Amino acid sequence: MKASNSLWQKELAGKMPEALAREIDIFETEIALRKQGKLEERLFAETRLRRGVYGQRYDNGQRHDGKKVQEMAYPSGELTKGPNTMWDAPGMQRIKIPAGGLNADQLETLAELAEEYSDGIAHVTTRQDFQLHYVHIEDTPSVMRRLAAAKITTREACGNSVRNVTACPYAGVCPDEVFDVTPFARALSKFLLGHPDCQNFGRKFKPSFSGCSQHACGLASMHDLGLIAVQRSENGEPKIGFEMYVGGGLGAVPYQAKLFDPFVPPEELLPLAQAIARVFAKLGEKKNRSRARIKFLIQDLGIEKFRDLVWEERKNLPPDPRWTEYIESAKAFNESPLKPARKGPLLGSADFQRWLETNTRPQKQEGYCVVTIALPLGDITANQLRALADTARRFTNETIRTTVEQNIVLRWISQDDLAELWRALQAAGLADPSAETILDIVTCPGTDTCKLGISSSRGLAAELRKRLAERNFQFDEAVQNLHIKISGCFNSCGQHHVADLGFYGVSRKMAGYAVPHFQVVLGGEWTHNAGSYGMPVMAVASKHIPEVVTRLVDRYAAGRKNGEAFKDFIKRIGKAELKNLLEDLARPPADPTDRSIFTDWGDPREYSLEDLGVGECAGEVVSAIDFDLAGAEREVFEAQVAWESGEAERAGKLAYQAMLRAARGLVKLEYPNISEDTDQIVGEFRTRFYDTQRFFDPFAGGKFAQYLFAAQQRGQQPHTADSARYLIDEAHLFVEAAHSCYQRMGKPVNV
Amino acid sequence: MHLEHVNVKLLVKSPEEVDLEPLIPVFHSWIQAQVFEELLLDVADYRHVPAGPGVVLIGHQANYSVDNSDEHLGVRYNRKAVVNGSNQDALRQAMRASLIACQRLESEPRLEGKLRFNGQEIECFVNDRLLAPNRDATRETFQSDLDTFFEKLFRGNEYSLSYASEPRKLFGVSLKTSRVFATADLLANLDA
Repeated sequence: MKASNSLWQKELAGKMPEALAREIDIFETEIALRKQGKLEERLFAETRLRRGVYGQRYDNGQRHDGKKVQEMAYPSGELTKGPNTMWDAPGMQRIKIPAGGLNADQLETLAELAEEYSDGIAHVTTRQDFQLHYVHIEDTPSVMRRLAAAKITTREACGNSVRNVTACPYAGVCPDEVFDVTPFARALSKFLLGHPDCQNFGRKFKPSFSGCSQHACGLASMHDLGLIAVQRSENGEPKIGFEMYVGGGLGAVPYQAKLFDPFVPPEELLPLAQAIARVFAKLGEKKNRSRARIKFLIQDLGIEKFRDLVWEERKNLPPDPRWTEYIESAKAFNESPLKPARKGPLLGSADFQRWLETNTRPQKQEGYCVVTIALPLGDITANQLRALADTARRFTNETIRTTVEQNIVLRWISQDDLAELWRALQAAGLADPSAETILDIVTCPGTDTCKLGISSSRGLAAELRKRLAERNFQFDEAVQNLHIKISGCFNSCGQHHVADLGFYGVSRKMAGYAVPHFQVVLGGEWTHNAGSYGMPVMAVASKHIPEVVTRLVDRYAAGRKNGEAFKDFIKRIGKAELKNLLEDLARPPADPTDRSIFTDWGDPREYSLEDLGVGECAGEVVSAIDFDLAGAEREVFEAQVAWESGEAERAGKLAYQAMLRAARGLVKLEYPNISEDTDQIVGEFRTRFYDTQRFFDPFAGGKFAQYLFAAQQRGQQPHTADSARYLIDEAHLFVEAAHSCYQRMGKPVNV
Repeated sequence: MHLEHVNVKLLVKSPEEVDLEPLIPVFHSWIQAQVFEELLLDVADYRHVPAGPGVVLIGHQANYSVDNSDEHLGVRYNRKAVVNGSNQDALRQAMRASLIACQRLESEPRLEGKLRFNGQEIECFVNDRLLAPNRDATRETFQSDLDTFFEKLFRGNEYSLSYASEPRKLFGVSLKTSRVFATADLLANLDA
């Protein structure tokens, strides 16, 4: 698209690392081959994904404009960049930032790219990456070259590869850390990038580092490979190493990582990661994407067997000098400040004091602070990136990190500079005093740009920010410290499972119409490296979620006991009381002329207008399937309550029963005489809805149906707390999928 | 050197009175009707970002927005596709597109007449740092093209022209006329 695309290769020759330059040349050739029809679309899709070039919403060439589905008449016609992905459709470029570390020049490069190839905004993700949206595929080699000249790569930012290696943004300066994990995260990132043993995964693989076990920052428990800094004494000498965790992950059904080894010394970090990659590549699921993450392999094998296989693989690895050659420099790694440490009195206006309270934290090095720049919805403009680059040069040695809460931190700020720094940030619109508070809402792109988005997570986040800001002065510290995280669908990119108040997008029918909803997930734990996951409570129409937040916040403010955390408060009052508190919000509006719930936040188009056809105005008619699905939801709820009471066996049975009820409801639409026999229900469901792919989610395929089949196969095996918990989550998703399937079917045959 | 990816921003009157929220349904309705020759695709809402891109109508060949970058609120046209023709063609194309969009917004009932070109201030950028880096040599190269174009646009009326001095920013000029022009006047001047 850009007239200058043919010029950047020559312009930047010699300025890019040779390996990256060659990679980009290859990709440019692949683009040319695809345009000539000489490269198969699936292969091209994976190759572009492995360069961080992602699809975006409506890239199938169709968009519902609020009245009808428009076919987008792109100039390149039928040419595709992947299955059902039009060549000219705008896409997303993901940019890897290992450990979130950036310098000022890199911020300036990102500013240029956001302006020239995107829409003027760079977006920080929940994995410390940057994303640019609305980028044309033919511009991506220029984007990559300019990034490569700034020593940034997009390689393996997407696709079935090792994704960005994340790390605590306070590594090196946190008073509570064991040691600085930064150089180890960078070493692992460099070692695994393009490694031959990491090219044959069935799915992505996400590593993360944390400097301690108690804080949230590294989120080790929800990663495929989580590493927490530890120290122990050997022969009286202190020795550093890592607690190594494997098999964590959010996604549709969240898994807590399992401890692989309590102490991995630095010299074993890279070879063990390589051995894990080999086992994952060899034994991980390849065909069924919904069970292809390493968490499923570990669940199937058991952690002991997995550990044995990895150690066996480790023994057979040919030695590689890179395993250890980085260690001396890693141990010597040390960031330095630009200014001397000072610790004078911090005087200033009330606004300044408020900002100090929320957006600064002391470093372990006395006289220095970390300053957090809270980015609304993770967005930053090109001008702000340049201003931030200037600020970083003025006050620091360009010690900048992105965070998993979609913010940016500046480290090594001399405390005497805080007032000046605040003024500089204020001038750039970067001094929002809300870091890590209830206003600092984390959200994935949702329906704004994501192909998988079901509800508008960003629209909701913007609305909640606005409403909560109006009441913020009323909130006490406990309420201000609550975390809200929102995902546009069940895939958890917004990390809703580890929020106090989490939400993920689902679609429901109300009065015969499709309505954007969010499932309310409460009581997740952000600290202790994402120590525990929240549980779904109920689905509520998107437009009613602000009221859900208001009620929960007010109930917590009024009813919590001394020092009681939100997670504990939720557990204490229990699901039943929560249901009472919110139940009326899950009902259709009393006023039938109220159309507000049929649109989503920030999007005036009516949601799924196909459902508004003449003759389907069936607000008063409740079909049998509606009763079945409601019954299934109730059983999932009961399963949750049973699980909370420690009745794992009963919880598991109820969850399975819920799936059967939803499946039977669907079958009944076509086969009213279906019996209650489990085998017949599953058999009929398989024939009518799975084999015909009618139950398939447009993106997840048959994943949710397989939850039912697996539960049936499991039969009467007794449940553990873990297995019941997984089954509840699966039942929950199955029932949601049944709702979606029913919606796709249009008007039921049998009401 | 050839001009491509020209951006034009028409600054609006009384920016503090302009509410960007109603633009969202307006832009969606433009997509429904595909009101321009460019293929219109989607709407991006950045109202939450201070001094940001505002509300953007994403298109394939160009984006339209009501943009608040540098805290200058204006109707912006951002040409993404190549314009085959002379530098005058590229400038004319972008200016016309921005004026037509602005005129539409001025007459849009949902905006209640609150969004209007201030009649005097226009910013013009080249959104490609390789074709047009923001430095003296670029100014010298394009000076005569810009003079020719703006002489015609303002029909010989007096105007001041200043360049953005920050080298990291896009090459661009800010224009301020002594008399007040309506969008229709400028469109007529372009076609004369």
